[in-house]
Amino acid sequence: MVGPPEGAFRVTVYQADALVSIVPPLRVRMGILFRYSASPELLCREVAPLFRIVHTRALSDAVFEMGVEAPRIARKVKAGQFLMVRTTTHGERIPLTFSDWSAEEGWVRFIFMRVGKTTHELSHMAVGESLADVVGPLGMPTHVDGLGRVAVVGGGVGAAVAYPVARAMAAAGNDVTVILGARTADLLILQDEIAALPGVRLRIMTDDGSAGDKGLVTTPLKELCEQEAIDHAFAVGPAIMMKFCCATTAEPGVPTTVSLNPIMVDGTGMCGACRVTVGGKTRFGCVEGPDFDGHAVDWEELMSRQRIYVDEEREADAEFFRSCGCHL
Amino acid sequence: MPPVNEHETPGSSSEKPRHKPSRAPRVAMPQRDASSRRHTFDEVALGYSDDQALAEAMRCLQCKNATCEAGCPVNIRIKDFIGAIIDGDLRAGAEILKERNTLPAVCGRVCPQEEQCEAVCVLAKKGTPVAIGRLERYLGDYDLACEIEHRCVPEVATPTGFRCAVVGSGPAGLACAGELAKLGHEVTVFESLHAPGGVLTYGIPGFRLPKSIVEAEVGLIEEMGVRIECDQVIGRIATIEDLMTAEGYGAVFIGSGAGLPVFLGIPGENMNGVYSANEFLTRVNLMGAHEFPTKSDTPVWRGRKVAVVGAGNVAMDAARTAVRLGADEVFLVYRRTEDEMPARLEEVHHAKEEGVEFKLLCSPVEVLGHDGFVTGIVVTRMELGEPDASGRRAPMCVLGSEFEIDCDTVIIAAGTGANPLLNDAAPDLERNRWGYVVADEDGATNIPGVFAGGDIVTGAATVILAMGAGKTAAHAMDRWLGGS
Repeated sequence: MVGPPEGAFRVTVYQADALVSIVPPLRVRMGILFRYSASPELLCREVAPLFRIVHTRALSDAVFEMGVEAPRIARKVKAGQFLMVRTTTHGERIPLTFSDWSAEEGWVRFIFMRVGKTTHELSHMAVGESLADVVGPLGMPTHVDGLGRVAVVGGGVGAAVAYPVARAMAAAGNDVTVILGARTADLLILQDEIAALPGVRLRIMTDDGSAGDKGLVTTPLKELCEQEAIDHAFAVGPAIMMKFCCATTAEPGVPTTVSLNPIMVDGTGMCGACRVTVGGKTRFGCVEGPDFDGHAVDWEELMSRQRIYVDEEREADAEFFRSCGCHL
Repeated sequence: MPPVNEHETPGSSSEKPRHKPSRAPRVAMPQRDASSRRHTFDEVALGYSDDQALAEAMRCLQCKNATCEAGCPVNIRIKDFIGAIIDGDLRAGAEILKERNTLPAVCGRVCPQEEQCEAVCVLAKKGTPVAIGRLERYLGDYDLACEIEHRCVPEVATPTGFRCAVVGSGPAGLACAGELAKLGHEVTVFESLHAPGGVLTYGIPGFRLPKSIVEAEVGLIEEMGVRIECDQVIGRIATIEDLMTAEGYGAVFIGSGAGLPVFLGIPGENMNGVYSANEFLTRVNLMGAHEFPTKSDTPVWRGRKVAVVGAGNVAMDAARTAVRLGADEVFLVYRRTEDEMPARLEEVHHAKEEGVEFKLLCSPVEVLGHDGFVTGIVVTRMELGEPDASGRRAPMCVLGSEFEIDCDTVIIAAGTGANPLLNDAAPDLERNRWGYVVADEDGATNIPGVFAGGDIVTGAATVILAMGAGKTAAHAMDRWLGGS
């Protein structure tokens, strides 16, 4: 059996305080349950895998890219899958989509927008630090084979999913047009990376016209549909955007896949927090998704379910900013 | 496995009885009073003191033919461990216990002893049986409280050189891993969540099974050389085939449990405020949502009026957790009567003490809501007809008897199914029509070298049955490895 690296002791800490309160004929002397394992062959388990941060990059004021060492995950991940991240041992498990990975170098990257406590904490972490947990790859990979001419629509931080999906679709021999949308030019991400993808056309739309054309992503999507220039559409971004993309493609009857982002706890099919109604049936976003037929999704329900913890999130943010002192 | 008599303490078996059995009534379990426990997740049952344990042990007749042992799914040598308590040799008692049961402090708390060992205790015929479960817990806690170098770590055989993988670190997986380690195999346990323990960690609340007990018991299994790797979702990060080929494991045990929550399929079920019991309990037990936002970042919807659908142990756990989260009213909606409730009597009793109201012979037909949030449920009255396949009288709707109950939270505890991730882990694995793995009595599946046990084979059952299956499979795996 392979022992841990030289000098890496695992400290087995039984919570003495907790035991004191539950074992009535008290034989616990405080402190004695703490033990340094000195005999690695038999008594010491290998140090738990750490997910070391190997890359950070700010893509805009609020959007960040992070890379972590995760060789096993990097070997298996496919476009459209996601991971669960926990920053610290008291942290939430949050689902984030893989934006890039390297099986050879053993890292995966994801992109997140700074919106609440967990994403704030994440944005403050630096190369060399470690995340408590990285679990994946979760969800079903995006179907990329034999689609023909595809429009990939990425709204806001959804570009983080649009990028690997467009790359995989192009690599599978499809003809890919990416439509990126954001409120302003500052919020656009990954446009250079997507523009650099071989054989992929890029259209950029901003609400204020500060980059690309002024308008919504549905405008070029509608044009493509009217020109009968696409056989399939893929949309990822805010639910409202995906809903309108689907409304745009419904009439001309262009099959549309959407990548949903429901609330999740475990991400492995155990809790049902992520349930979405698709075609009148309840489906689990984490194990059956995140991709579904956009024309069959109950968008009102999805948007309503995303609102459930709004008050609690505000409370957590307030608590965090009181203690964090960064006043962002 | 050592011969049964190896550890017998003096005074047992054929020699003269070690004590004159006491005729005193069963020693009551000291417990936190109901009003104070409505506000704390601290354990309800406080455990016997030394005197109480001795007094209870003295009630044991030390029968020549110990029927209780046949009632135990893992055949713990009950008579001998109680004998050791009588003799005052707690260390010997703990050793006897651990010889057959890897997690005594857990089983002493959550096993349905009233249906197993205690049901067949000779004293049960004329009065109350010996409180075997409480004595088991007493010894389990004794061992956990010992200085670490004095704790019983079961002996590990000389390394065989074989490597075994265990999928899932719940009761089945832990029992299997512990047993394989004892047999000298190198064991790696893969857990999909960030903490080991399976249902012991995410499912059973701290007031019934403190998490520190689970941690300490799991720690002991790690002491035996078992490596537990968290955050590893088998089916996604590796398939069973990957484990057996690329990763070089000689045998694999699947103990992934029945983790997929079942919903009722009624209108309004996806409204905000409707939880599966799994989600509700996971948020609190695994993620610590009861300490949000100060010590945990995971929120949970704190309902004022909570309806729990179902009447098993999970339903009781959910209802009692809702009480502790500060609900004004918690009621259980169950379509049969109290006699048919699958929950342990003790749990039903505790729930009632804590103010959980039972709405019996009621079945939900619709969840009502406003703006996406739950405002109530519609239930229909039921009546019991002829016994069905399960032997319980089948509930039938009373037509036109629907009525509304106001509530802001609905927790569905109507059972669980097999997780579809297993399809990806092992597409060729034979499953029955409910999705559970088909395995023989040794846990062997249709794939050579792949074994399974626990809820993934039987559907949702008890901790001890899962442990028994894990242990049996470990021995079958040992034979399989030896024969290959």
